[in-house]
Amino acid sequence: MSAVEEADILETAARWRREGRRVALATVVSTWGSSPRPPGSHLVVDENGRMRGSVSGGCIEGAVVQAAREVMQGGPPRLLEFGVSDEQAWEVGLACGGRVQVWVEAIT
Amino acid sequence: MKLEILEALLRARAEKRSICLIRRLDDGGVSLWVDGEVVAGAPLEPELAPLVAAALREDRSRAVDTPRGRVFLEVINPPLRLVIVGAVHIAQPLVPMARLVGFQPVVVDPRRAFATEERFPDVELVAEWPDEALRALDLDRRTAVVTLTHDPKLDDPALEVALRSPAFYVGALGSRRTHTKRIARLRASGLADEEIARIHAPVGLDIGAVSPAEIALAILAEIVATLRGAPIPRTQPATETSP
Repeated sequence: MSAVEEADILETAARWRREGRRVALATVVSTWGSSPRPPGSHLVVDENGRMRGSVSGGCIEGAVVQAAREVMQGGPPRLLEFGVSDEQAWEVGLACGGRVQVWVEAIT
Repeated sequence: MKLEILEALLRARAEKRSICLIRRLDDGGVSLWVDGEVVAGAPLEPELAPLVAAALREDRSRAVDTPRGRVFLEVINPPLRLVIVGAVHIAQPLVPMARLVGFQPVVVDPRRAFATEERFPDVELVAEWPDEALRALDLDRRTAVVTLTHDPKLDDPALEVALRSPAFYVGALGSRRTHTKRIARLRASGLADEEIARIHAPVGLDIGAVSPAEIALAILAEIVATLRGAPIPRTQPATETSP
């Protein structure tokens, strides 16, 4: 995804928040191995589970959205980690066999 | 992160500033760094400043481990642009290829028979004289410029503006012989040898390119190599025909 599209995700996060929705922003902060999205990739989620962007190309978004719901309800920001071995990666859906850390924070 | 910080970031991005969003993953603390200083959020720990500068220079977001914990440095540099002078056949594949690699393409050609929307759908077309067009485009250090017209009347004025700009890459299509003559003309018009030496010519990595799309690929590969600081072998000219 180009820088321009990434900017649109941040724009979307700001717009949704200005509209009064609860909003959480997930950001890839580290990757090991062949993770599909580089550090700085974003996923924005609102209180209804609507989302834009991606942090993994689709495989771990379910777990990230769950954490996003918790932080947007007032929970502290969280650092999530997925992957490790190929086998485990396959279980959470990270078929590429990489490892990825995702920061999830509310926009307040 | 507070909405005010996100909005300040979006404003700075619209102004094409160099931005680093600093998040402390131990306590969620946020600082917004714009053009060399913190403009919102927490003050920056002095030991982080050189790490922020390096991340911006390398244009790569990354997590760093500091004595006080893990910190994520999110780099948001101005968009990459590729200014293509000459709405010629090589420009046609170069436009979509550049876009795929993350560059915003702009095609400059005052010859309206070439610069048509039919030949170049969905791309910014500037049908002005290249020096005026390039001045108006305000070439920055995130811009690459390549001249493809084979016509000194069009290529030379573009090169004169590009070489005096902060553009990170300047390439010019044409054989070694063409380039030797070009150097003489640019010298005569007052450009310094160091400025002229910035021109990548013959343009493109040597991949034996023959077709317009292959030459476009060679050019784009050289632009990416320059952007990323990879060594560029310059032993052989890229294959190309030239009048």
